[in-house]
Amino acid sequence: MDWVNAIVQGIFVGGLYALFATGLSLIFGVMRLVNIAHGDLIILAAFLSLAVVDGLNIHPLVSLVIVVPVMAAFGYALQRGILNFTLGKDILPPLLVTFGLSVIIQNALLETFSADSQRLQAGAIETASIPIGQGLAIGVLPLIIFVTAIVVIGGLQFVFYQTTLGRVFRATSDDAVTARTMGIDKSHVFALAMALALAVVAIAGVLMGIRTNFDPAVGPARLLFAFEAVIMGGLGNLWGTLAGGIILGVAQAIGAQINPGWQILAGHIAFLIVLVIRPNGLFPRIQG
Amino acid sequence: MTPLLETRALEAFYGDFQALFGIDFTVGEGETVAIIGSNGAGKSTFLKSITGVLSNKADAIRFKNEPIGSLAANHVVRRGIAMVPEGRRLFPSLSVEENLQMGAMSKRSGHWTLETVYRLFPVLKERRYSPGTALSGGQQQMVAIGRGLMANPDLLLCDEISLGLAPIIIKDIYAAIPSITSEGTTVAVVEQDINQALAVADRVYCFQEGRVSLEGTPDTLTREQISAAYFGL
Repeated sequence: MDWVNAIVQGIFVGGLYALFATGLSLIFGVMRLVNIAHGDLIILAAFLSLAVVDGLNIHPLVSLVIVVPVMAAFGYALQRGILNFTLGKDILPPLLVTFGLSVIIQNALLETFSADSQRLQAGAIETASIPIGQGLAIGVLPLIIFVTAIVVIGGLQFVFYQTTLGRVFRATSDDAVTARTMGIDKSHVFALAMALALAVVAIAGVLMGIRTNFDPAVGPARLLFAFEAVIMGGLGNLWGTLAGGIILGVAQAIGAQINPGWQILAGHIAFLIVLVIRPNGLFPRIQG
Repeated sequence: MTPLLETRALEAFYGDFQALFGIDFTVGEGETVAIIGSNGAGKSTFLKSITGVLSNKADAIRFKNEPIGSLAANHVVRRGIAMVPEGRRLFPSLSVEENLQMGAMSKRSGHWTLETVYRLFPVLKERRYSPGTALSGGQQQMVAIGRGLMANPDLLLCDEISLGLAPIIIKDIYAAIPSITSEGTTVAVVEQDINQALAVADRVYCFQEGRVSLEGTPDTLTREQISAAYFGL
């Protein structure tokens, strides 16, 4: 039963990893930008929530009302003011600039909040659980996170395939020059994509902050999990990203079940196995 | 005839390489103009300059008597110039209908809507949910033309719309041009196929090595003149 329990918990952790990964996948899908600062932006959102919760004395989930729009606005400004200028034929400039951004965010958080480990206090939902029989129980918080991941990915899927904005994202991603001759302002479209990605990052950061401890230095590890989930799922496929997150979560849970020290290692091994068997990921986007 | 688009001493560069040398060109309202010339004559570069893909001096290009040479491509289309690009360049991730809808992003109103484009090319309605790139070459060209029309342009620039298509398909595509001009859209086509260009155009420009080597109406130009201007013989 311990094994079943480990796998069930792994699936739920996978929801959080999918949330980490979705923003990364979206940005890469629309503008071929690999955002090295993605993990640090997740941590930034968690700290922002911490400040809002402390300042206004509200529940961390309520802080999303402020954190999501602030992160989205930051994403728009970041893309418009800096990252758009790094995009071109050479893939190195965006890597270097987002790496620099990662260092800046970590150090700014260290200066402001110190290196202490923090946590967002969410009260009873942190420990509440729903028994599902035979000694198994599902935590309410992991369930909320998992359902949120499905809702977020479903929502993004809707935006991408059913709305004008999504059509513009896809067209610009296909051929920015031709899209421009149709009246599309690429800088604005990319900035909107980054705003949307950072809105998802905000949700991921707050939920992560409720679930686990965080400090200014843990961003890069979140980036790594996000990368692994995206690559395993197949680049540019959002439901694939959810599957990638679940595989990573389950692999880590199984590793931890064998030996607590193997948790992270088992995730990396699963990633390598998928990469060897299916280099394009399990569900690569079908190209027309 | 009122000039709709005029270029005066238009030059274009790719880095240090000069591709156009002082092009003087006029299209009148309601006219169909053809630009002919061999590969590398500067025809596509000329269209890219007009549509703002390549930037230029503001005054080198005037549209409806306003300077547009320095406008970016996304602003040029809002003024009323749409392009059907060489090689069609449909968006592979988009369906036929979504490709057409992209043409309407400049939000200009007029005769051309999904419905009127489907009336012009009925086959596209049948295939409207297919990926644009899953269609035959001729049908893809219809999507590209329809997408240009969806901008309700005053001037439609068509770059090599017969390239790589079977003669019977080319005939079908060119048969649509009178329906387009009758709705008040002026058309300029770039063509390598001289006969096709002469058949459709009110006036012809021949480009050679980045310069206008000949200009005239199809009935006044002789085969010898055109050959000399086209091949530089």
